[in-house]
Amino acid sequence: MKNNHEFQNILSFKTLITILVSLLILTLLSVGVSTIDLGKWNVWVALTIAAIKSSLVILYFMHMKFESMAIKVSFVSTIGFVAILIGFIFWDISYR
Amino acid sequence: MENHPDPKGDKLGMWLFLYTEIMLFTGLFILYAAYFKKYPEDFIKGGKDLQIIFGAANTILLLVSSCAVAASITAVRRSNKNLTVGLLCAAWLLGGIFLFNKYLEWSSKIRHGIYPNSPDMAAAAPGRSLFFDLYYIITGLHGLHLLVGMILLSVCAVMVQMEKINAQKYILLENSGLYWHLIDLIWIFIFPLFYLIV
Repeated sequence: MKNNHEFQNILSFKTLITILVSLLILTLLSVGVSTIDLGKWNVWVALTIAAIKSSLVILYFMHMKFESMAIKVSFVSTIGFVAILIGFIFWDISYR
Repeated sequence: MENHPDPKGDKLGMWLFLYTEIMLFTGLFILYAAYFKKYPEDFIKGGKDLQIIFGAANTILLLVSSCAVAASITAVRRSNKNLTVGLLCAAWLLGGIFLFNKYLEWSSKIRHGIYPNSPDMAAAAPGRSLFFDLYYIITGLHGLHLLVGMILLSVCAVMVQMEKINAQKYILLENSGLYWHLIDLIWIFIFPLFYLIV
């Protein structure tokens, strides 16, 4: 049963290529958007695309989608602490 | 003393290490963001001095190499030794081309007098020298990680060839793969922050 379960977690080459193609399209998209002047929104669009790309890499290439609860929870907590760190520092420097 | 293999523990340990790496680069990105907020014009001008083509080419190289490493794990679990070694060598080579591009880019910048504490930078606006200091520190630290990743990939390729890494025992390849993907992840953020700001 366990072996069968682990076997299912092998990512097929087809899945990996699909993810790679999506990542390449997103890269072209972010280069394309950067040529359009959106004012301060350029940074946010670029960072949003980067966040989508990193989610794909983490979920599939890094296999996060199929990991144990311990790894999933510890990862989400890390990102949570990173968000707190960034949030408080910007709260500070925005109101100086 | 008996040796009990514990791939789950090994992997959790690797992730804990990766969290420290995430914090390391987050600190540098916060520094970037704080100075970007203080000197937006200088940073945008600095970003325009970097060639998008280098950044975009390097992004593609790293994405493809990451995919190759992920595919090598599929190959090893399917006991396809030659394909595993081939994919690892391809990823290694792509990493090498990335570093060669970085070498070309850095040397062209240095030829133009853009390097930390150069006479041009000392005379330039504070925001401009900060932008390029951060550029050298962040891409330099990233390049150093890539070099370590390439060493790990070559160790894995040799061990797959010797069948010390096989369909039953491949945690070293998985953990080296995680490290390689982290390098890719960091670049995913470096690319828009340095090359795409307009």
